[in-house]
Amino acid sequence: MPVDWGCGYAVPSFEYVLLTIIGCGLVTWLSRVLPLVLLKKFQLSPKVTEFLAFVPITIMAALWFENLFTQRLGHLPITNWDNIWASVPTVIAAIITKSLLWIVIIGMASLVIINHL
Amino acid sequence: MNHELTTSAAIKEAMPTVFGYIGIGIAFGVVAKAAGFSPLIVTLMSLIIYAGSAQFIAVSMLAAHSPILSIVFAVFLVNARMILISTTVSRYLPDQATWKNVVLGSFITDESFALSMNKINFTDHKLNFAWLNAANSVAYWVWALASLVGAVLGQFIANPDDFGLNFAIVAMFLGLLYLQIISDRVLGINLQLLVVAITLVLMYIGLIFIPVNILVLVVTLIACGLGVWLRRAFF
Repeated sequence: MPVDWGCGYAVPSFEYVLLTIIGCGLVTWLSRVLPLVLLKKFQLSPKVTEFLAFVPITIMAALWFENLFTQRLGHLPITNWDNIWASVPTVIAAIITKSLLWIVIIGMASLVIINHL
Repeated sequence: MNHELTTSAAIKEAMPTVFGYIGIGIAFGVVAKAAGFSPLIVTLMSLIIYAGSAQFIAVSMLAAHSPILSIVFAVFLVNARMILISTTVSRYLPDQATWKNVVLGSFITDESFALSMNKINFTDHKLNFAWLNAANSVAYWVWALASLVGAVLGQFIANPDDFGLNFAIVAMFLGLLYLQIISDRVLGINLQLLVVAITLVLMYIGLIFIPVNILVLVVTLIACGLGVWLRRAFF
């Protein structure tokens, strides 16, 4: 298999790309499936379930906040003001409409408007 | 959202999240095409890896000719939150045939997870195969199709931000977070807001010295631990 591990000049070979995709697919699949299959055979302890109760809000909040900053390892992150300002009408839309559809539409429109100001 | 755990209810309830996938899926296709990957490869990535942000990382590492094992490990780390997600969902599923758990696990994703955590507030904390499988399927096929469209459109779109595409997924997480907070009756609103604020602080501090690729997982683990402690101590 002709694989160029070194410089970035050659286009990656099809075999290399395909093997990588299959490897990546395998680890993501195992991460998703193994807990569901195994946990049905064992009971989770109350301590673990108490911990898991916080998973939804922390994951969603972390995925949101991740987009409000740009990382510079070793320094304070750069604030992404466009996304922070666009989040304001989006939060208001959430409070008023309580509809995910409107939240996403208002969010996208907010960013387009901010980009053109 | 209602109490019905049916295929049609799931498809209807998943519709708003479709915008999130279309936005970020097209953005992924555009980015991958720009990095030199064909629409076929782009679609295969979405069908086989099926991992949102981890796919962006795989593309940039492939373009840099990184060793296969280091790419696979990076993708595993970025997506390791799926272990938590899958573990959390398992609590709400009935005892059912193993193949059903394999199917549900194979296609679960951040968004169908978030939707299902909203849904259980209306269903007496229960999920079933029909509902979750339909919500997952909407996510999977829209994601793959949007990536393909993005890769094909890639030559015409220079900046996906012109259409607010990159913000669609941010708005979606924000919206799902809000809907989760107002519908959760177990933890209470003050404790949830406090944990969200802690998450923000941890993300900001963590960005200084933890690579962003694994930061979401690290912060989730710490914030959940702090949440448990706060709940016992003060709530």
